[in-house]
Amino acid sequence: MELIKPDVNINFVGQRFKAFILSGLLILATVVSLLLHGGPNLGIDFAGGILVQVRFSESTDAGAIKKALEPIGMGQSLVQSFGGEGQKEFLIRDENQGLKLQGLSDRVRKTLAATYGQDKVEVRRVEMVGPKVGADLREKALLAIFYAILLIVVYISGRFEHKWGLAAIMAAVLVGATLLVEALITAAGDQEGGGIVWLIITSLVVTVGLCWLLKLRYALGAIVALIHDVVITVGVFSLLDKEFTLATVAALLTIIGYSLNDTIIVYDRIRENLKRAGRQEDLGRTINSSVNQTLSRTILTSGTTLVVLLSLYILGGGVIQDFALALLIGVVVGTYSSVFVASPILLLLPEGTTVLTRRRSRAAAPARPAAPAPAPEPAVPVSPAKQASARKRKGKKKSSRKRRKR
Amino acid sequence: MPKNFALKAVAVAAVIILALVYLVPTLGGKMPTWWTSYLPAEKIHLGLDLQGGMHLILEVETAKAVSASVERTSQELIRRMREEKIRAIRPKAEPGNRISVTLLHNSDRAKLEDLVKQSYPDYGVDSARTLDDGKIALTLKLSAAAVKHIAEQAATQALETIRNRVDQFGVSEPEILPQADGRILVQLPGIKDPQRAVALIGKTAQLEFKLVDDDANPATVTKATLPPGDELLYLYRRDRATGRTSKEPIVVRRRVAMTGANITDARVQLDSQYNEPYVSIAFDSRGARQFGDITSRNVKKRLAIVLDGKVQSAPVIQEAITGGEARITGDFTMEEARDLAVVLRSGALPAPVKILEERTVGPSLGRDSINQGLTSMLVGFVLVVLFILIYYRLAGVVANLALLLNLVLITAVLSAFQATLTLPGIAGIILTIGMAVDANVLIFERVREELRLGKTPYAAVEAGYGKATLTILDANITTLIAALVLFQFGTGAIRGFAVTLSIGIASSLFTAITFTRLLFDLYLHLFRPKRLLI
Repeated sequence: MELIKPDVNINFVGQRFKAFILSGLLILATVVSLLLHGGPNLGIDFAGGILVQVRFSESTDAGAIKKALEPIGMGQSLVQSFGGEGQKEFLIRDENQGLKLQGLSDRVRKTLAATYGQDKVEVRRVEMVGPKVGADLREKALLAIFYAILLIVVYISGRFEHKWGLAAIMAAVLVGATLLVEALITAAGDQEGGGIVWLIITSLVVTVGLCWLLKLRYALGAIVALIHDVVITVGVFSLLDKEFTLATVAALLTIIGYSLNDTIIVYDRIRENLKRAGRQEDLGRTINSSVNQTLSRTILTSGTTLVVLLSLYILGGGVIQDFALALLIGVVVGTYSSVFVASPILLLLPEGTTVLTRRRSRAAAPARPAAPAPAPEPAVPVSPAKQASARKRKGKKKSSRKRRKR
Repeated sequence: MPKNFALKAVAVAAVIILALVYLVPTLGGKMPTWWTSYLPAEKIHLGLDLQGGMHLILEVETAKAVSASVERTSQELIRRMREEKIRAIRPKAEPGNRISVTLLHNSDRAKLEDLVKQSYPDYGVDSARTLDDGKIALTLKLSAAAVKHIAEQAATQALETIRNRVDQFGVSEPEILPQADGRILVQLPGIKDPQRAVALIGKTAQLEFKLVDDDANPATVTKATLPPGDELLYLYRRDRATGRTSKEPIVVRRRVAMTGANITDARVQLDSQYNEPYVSIAFDSRGARQFGDITSRNVKKRLAIVLDGKVQSAPVIQEAITGGEARITGDFTMEEARDLAVVLRSGALPAPVKILEERTVGPSLGRDSINQGLTSMLVGFVLVVLFILIYYRLAGVVANLALLLNLVLITAVLSAFQATLTLPGIAGIILTIGMAVDANVLIFERVREELRLGKTPYAAVEAGYGKATLTILDANITTLIAALVLFQFGTGAIRGFAVTLSIGIASSLFTAITFTRLLFDLYLHLFRPKRLLI
């Protein structure tokens, strides 16, 4: 069976500006939503507080539960009906920092039992996180994101063109920049993980800048796609007013992995086709045919992944539902981006933007957005194709530049 | 036949057999003895969120252990100074780990400094000034190194004590581990009564015997009129009929006559007269002597038994008790008496502990989570298998066999390494099912392309695997990096996700590349088909 005919050639690259606008709007929506909500809606893992899942043997409602909890200062709790069983199971959440957490779970238990009767209430889950642990977990989660970005960035910057020397430079500069920012943060006095947010931002900015300088076009594209996917997933989560918990962070990290996985597969196809076409081919057309060639794989894999995630979302129970949702969003966005964003964006990242040749490329780039790709593998002897492209670009200094490039 | 085929086949077969061997204990019920004595018998280890249980992060308030130590030293100093004939106003513990002493005569200063140097080397003279009336006000300060040492010891001792208590509480496979910053992680799987466990673990159980000052009238005394060296404590009573509690003030000497440090045993007994439970405690020889001393010197006086600052009872000493046994009565329920005996046996915590984090999952929710997790896994698996079968036909069978083997391998590795399976861990397996197909999809799509180019089945398979393998490896590394970082920084249940995701990635590479290739080679060799159903 075939979903996608082998000779299919949908013009994805031609749709790129529409896609960029859509992505831009989604990112804008993310920013607006985060601003309106005053940052991400942190769950008790990070904000500290208490979460109690209770099941009653008879139906009740949120108002009654809140009223019952009033004597112990939890009258302002967020009470949600939970699971499918009518109005019997509820999630009580309170992030009030004024709450005295010591012995709180016991007080909740006793208060509910006193109101509803000893045998009519079953406390099924209690999560109580003190402010100190909340701050620790926040820091840990941010550090996890930071290190994941650091390692992945170093990996992909070396990976595409097998420029492991450049990857080493990348790693060195990133570590240096990180240490510098860390020293600055320590000097300024770190506040509740705010410093790590700066570390993450710095590492991303440095990465993007370095990829640009070092001419790591594919790495740059992959990183842009990755940021795109994570930001939009965060945005959708924020728009749905879902809470960010440890599980959400785990989902985000998985999405980073998944997004790159998709991007790497399309990029590898592009590079393979460029090699075969000998760079005579128009880059835009090559990208488009590569996306089309991998299209059935893209649809199949995200299809099976979405099927299992949907199954998890629908049947997995309330405890894991938000986690499944974050992954679902991430996979959808990741699939969209690998077709509509990651690949066409290569066209926006013109070749010849190294420090050494910046002047030349600045003159040339706007005129030829679909310029042929540079030779990706410096280790092989100069192929006829490469010579041809060098000739095409003309200029006597060309050969000396090539040598320097190696 | 491709080279190394036999070797590869044997290796793959060995892996499959090994995996099945590790899988059997998890699937089967009771294992026969011949199996358990030669083969692995461990089932998959379930996380607290699946089997139900309690996870606690405790913080030992070590600062309080330090200030308690300073308080003890100041009490001891009173006695030592009397012995050395140093005349001074009562030494007093002050905030900042200091002890203030006011000497009556300047001539005693050298004596005091000698005493401190010899008997309390951890203390140094912090400040000294001569008052107007010729008295000398001195402050002794505990050195920073000693503060650190006491704090560390308190943390270690607290860990030991909590371990003792949990052991006596009877939880199977509890986990009690020290964490950074003097914190303690306690995991109690399958616990039925979490609140009782919290009470038991968190009870400081500082037992003190203090003499009651019968000269002071507790009903009228206030903070201002409290005689020097006395303190006001309360005796809490619970009316058995109404369940109401009342408190009765008692004035006791501040000086601790004796602590619970010399207790060797504590057990619950029943009062023969009222049929009420009480806790009988036994002292070691030193404690017995001390207790005998106190009781013989204070016959007809009242001795308050103080537990964590609350008076349990204050009986009148009828006669000297030299047998080394005492009893603690109070309005205990049987369960309370039993728990009190446990905490007294296991010793006091050197400092109070605070619960920083509590996560409890009831057994019914754990069961539901397992059922829902497995259901969604099964449904997801069946849907993917059906889809792949329809899409790739014969090759789909190969891919599905690989997927099945993948599940077997993940489960086997989990039980072989005794890794913990959590609910997010199940989610990781489910996600793996969806993503593992990717490798085969990539290969099969390649093979189809090669076939379209007119290659023979054998050449197409060869080229398909050759071209796709490197990309598959590379593409999976990024997810693996994310999973490893998550493992490093994740806690509890999330770690379980990182574990299954990592295992899933590794095993899916094996099943989707090595295993399926072997099946293809076998098929192509045995049947030599003209067309490949893919």
